[in-house]
Amino acid sequence: MAEKMAMILFSGTVDKLMAGSIMAGGAVAMGMDVDIFVTFWGLVAFRKDMADKNQRMSQDFAEMIPQFGKAMAAKKMPSWIENLKKVKGLGNVKIHVCSMMSDVMEWKKADFVDLVDDVIGVGSFIDMAKEAKMTLFI
Amino acid sequence: MSAVTQMQMSESQLRALRTTIVDARGTACPGPLLDAKKAITTLPVGGVLETLSSDEGTKVDIPTWARKTGQEYLGTINESGYDRIFVRRLK
Repeated sequence: MAEKMAMILFSGTVDKLMAGSIMAGGAVAMGMDVDIFVTFWGLVAFRKDMADKNQRMSQDFAEMIPQFGKAMAAKKMPSWIENLKKVKGLGNVKIHVCSMMSDVMEWKKADFVDLVDDVIGVGSFIDMAKEAKMTLFI
Repeated sequence: MSAVTQMQMSESQLRALRTTIVDARGTACPGPLLDAKKAITTLPVGGVLETLSSDEGTKVDIPTWARKTGQEYLGTINESGYDRIFVRRLK
């Protein structure tokens, strides 16, 4: 059985979604399976009506955001979601939506982009993470 | 885990290889690595994949990836502005 990486994607800003998507790519390239548990602001970013229009960035280096955006466009870097789509196509990557957050917000699986595999509870995710070699919180 | 010493080829040996080229120049990490992973399955066992990459990290990542996945890293040629990274498909 392939080694596994588990990831909790909590953040909904483009920079952190990008980091998560790139980490997933690295894991897949190294032959690992990936389970991503999407919750809180991460979950908002996976909504169909948000995925493409979300431009939020964390404010750690707010003054660098325009420069970063320009550099990414100039280097033709794919968006986090395009990259994640590609990564999913190359390996065994499952994207799980947090049932607690979906219940609270009354969102259904149909509200999320097609990349999402299922809606699960935190217990199931913990069980997946228990079998993983590494777990990231982003 | 002990390091695996791999016999690498000389530059002239690398230059003489018949390869399948994946041009990933201009894509950021881990793009070239993912392209290499995708491409190697299209080669026959024994075939050599040559990944062209302008990303600094990739020339470190591809040898690691090859070792982890049981393929043979043959060496890298540094050209001006990019690297040619050679991996033989073993399985």
